[in-house]
Amino acid sequence: MNFDFSDDQQAIKRTAKDLLADRFKLERVRELAEAGRYDDDAWKELCELGWPGIFIEEQYGGQGLGIVELIILMEELGYALAPVPFLSNAATGLLIQSAGSEEQKQRWLPGLASGELSGAAGLLRGDEAKLVPDADAADVIALCGAEGVRVVERSAADVQRVATMDSTRQFARVRANGAGEALEGEPGPGIGAGLLAVSAELTGVAQRAMEMAVEYARDRKQFGRPIGAYQAVSHRCAQMLLETEGARSATYYGAWTADAQPEELELAASMAKAYASDAGWRVCSSSLQVHGGIGFTWEHDLHFFLKRAKVDALLWGSASEHRERVAGLSTVEATAAV
Amino acid sequence: MDLTLSPSEAAFRDELRAWLAENHPGEGPPGDDEAFEHRREWQRKLFEAGYAGFSWPKEYGGRGATMVEQALFGEEMARAKAPSPVNVLGMVMGGPVVITHGTDEQKERWLRPILTGEEIWCQGFSEPESGSDLASLKTRAVKSNGEWIVTGQKVWTTYAHKAKWCMLVARTDPDVPKHQGLTYFIMDMKQEEVQVRPLHQITKEPEFNELFIEEARIPDENVVGGVGNGWAVAITTLMNERAGLGAAAAAGVKMALDELKLLAQERGADEDPLIRQRLAQLTIEVELLRLNSWRGLTQIMKRGVPGPEGSLPKWQWGEINQALTELAVDILGEEGAYWDSPWTYRLLRSRANSIEGGTTEILKNIIAERVLGLPKLR
Repeated sequence: MNFDFSDDQQAIKRTAKDLLADRFKLERVRELAEAGRYDDDAWKELCELGWPGIFIEEQYGGQGLGIVELIILMEELGYALAPVPFLSNAATGLLIQSAGSEEQKQRWLPGLASGELSGAAGLLRGDEAKLVPDADAADVIALCGAEGVRVVERSAADVQRVATMDSTRQFARVRANGAGEALEGEPGPGIGAGLLAVSAELTGVAQRAMEMAVEYARDRKQFGRPIGAYQAVSHRCAQMLLETEGARSATYYGAWTADAQPEELELAASMAKAYASDAGWRVCSSSLQVHGGIGFTWEHDLHFFLKRAKVDALLWGSASEHRERVAGLSTVEATAAV
Repeated sequence: MDLTLSPSEAAFRDELRAWLAENHPGEGPPGDDEAFEHRREWQRKLFEAGYAGFSWPKEYGGRGATMVEQALFGEEMARAKAPSPVNVLGMVMGGPVVITHGTDEQKERWLRPILTGEEIWCQGFSEPESGSDLASLKTRAVKSNGEWIVTGQKVWTTYAHKAKWCMLVARTDPDVPKHQGLTYFIMDMKQEEVQVRPLHQITKEPEFNELFIEEARIPDENVVGGVGNGWAVAITTLMNERAGLGAAAAAGVKMALDELKLLAQERGADEDPLIRQRLAQLTIEVELLRLNSWRGLTQIMKRGVPGPEGSLPKWQWGEINQALTELAVDILGEEGAYWDSPWTYRLLRSRANSIEGGTTEILKNIIAERVLGLPKLR
């Protein structure tokens, strides 16, 4: 029984953290967010390092590692609020690797692994997916609906850019109108892993917001002492830790099930998405409260995290929707003694 | 990362599970004394099977269990709904203190009767004026003719009326800063200078007691860890118990949650979307309690110190238990008001979960100061 990352995994985490801290100081994140674009050079660099293909099987040009490694990267990308289209690409690759035919996998996965192909993934409500990250710039869009997953070429889809409160990322509404091709296999593992990817991102976002709050509480003095000495503030920070660690535990566990105990993945993924969705927003808004007036300004970087947290919470199923799935998946048999 | 049990861990768990299935003592008889004796016999059975004082080193009668085994032990006992052994305070606090800080004579004198259940231990820490601020305690011990004369009052003392020995922290030096003037004693409860008065709690039962100590005598050999060292000795007990208790607590609330879900099914409440949301949220939080406990355990095993997630379980457990019992009573509706409803006791008793063993406010202070590095006010 060992709930820790392996040495290799810890090395991936450290390297990712350092690299992203260097490439994406908050001034740079702000600059790109205000311009409404990504850092193409950094994205190219991450592609060359093999990041997008980290979970893609080697035979399709990926690193052949697992979902644990993926969420390690996702957490750091969230922490840095990295302006690159990593999540959308990963989600697309996860669905195709899970449910695509051999031919489909050969056709799409290598490009997604190398970054030459851009992917986007969305959740259909009826015949429209209302919040699809990076659909406009994508080459292929994977749409999950009640009848399964279809992959449609960008040119064949009806894609409308939509401005959201999260200016660090680009979104669109997508209609496929029956175009594209179905993925005939089992999408469950891909969906679960995708939910864990965004949960990991939320965990990183929450962690960053909490650290900002704690640092502020240590530095900001009022009434002659650091505000973090007052229990209203320090207890609020303790609550942030509880929620961030909860999101972390849920995400790490879920990722482990994806790699090692797949029958538990569906429940674990919805638990993680539900909890992390709430935690992300609550921790960020609590951090804003600690910051007082300055946290409410555009000039302070916190709002970028706050908004990413809210939009991520709404992405691919809300906390309530995932709780409803948890309710359905965790009933107790009246006859079985647990 | 590997969240499966190793073959030896799994074998240990299976062996224990089988033993529990065969040796479960059943529900205790009604009546405090009868119930107590029932649990004392259960402890004896555990002792004979080698399961009492499980985490103690072998040389002191324990099994020298690894942290994982301790956590599994707690989980299995909770899953089997086994009664807690009667001498839990002796086994979890008193024994480890004597093992860590005691002399050979003290170990010889006290350890075995803890395990067999022959001598029950109670804890004399909190006082009416000293709860969260324990170091301010006033019970006074004065050296006189080679022994200690103790006067003071203790409160929230579990099992005082059954106990032979009391882990007593008293002030031996009023002239130094408060943490430094304390000494840890083992006091004989069977002297008339120690009066026990039951404390009636909101659940009606007298689970706890007050102690009125009027010039009780404690021999010098009953000082543990040296005069003036009481604070450090008292703190040791808190360190080790966390890991095992976290996993056991998680298993316990999981059992309660399953029972709650069956209740919801019976009543058709599981079709109500709002109830489903609350049940799902509890399901998630119960699972997180389990995961945080196991994550915390891994950190302790690897690094010797808990990670940030290790300080969370006791706080989380209290909140979960309170939310769970509240939901149960909501589902029961008017019947939830009845005194003899199965959830009434648990609803009321759960109010103490955020206070006993360290209030939630103190736990948040500890997290804020020691984990997050925020400054102290006081």
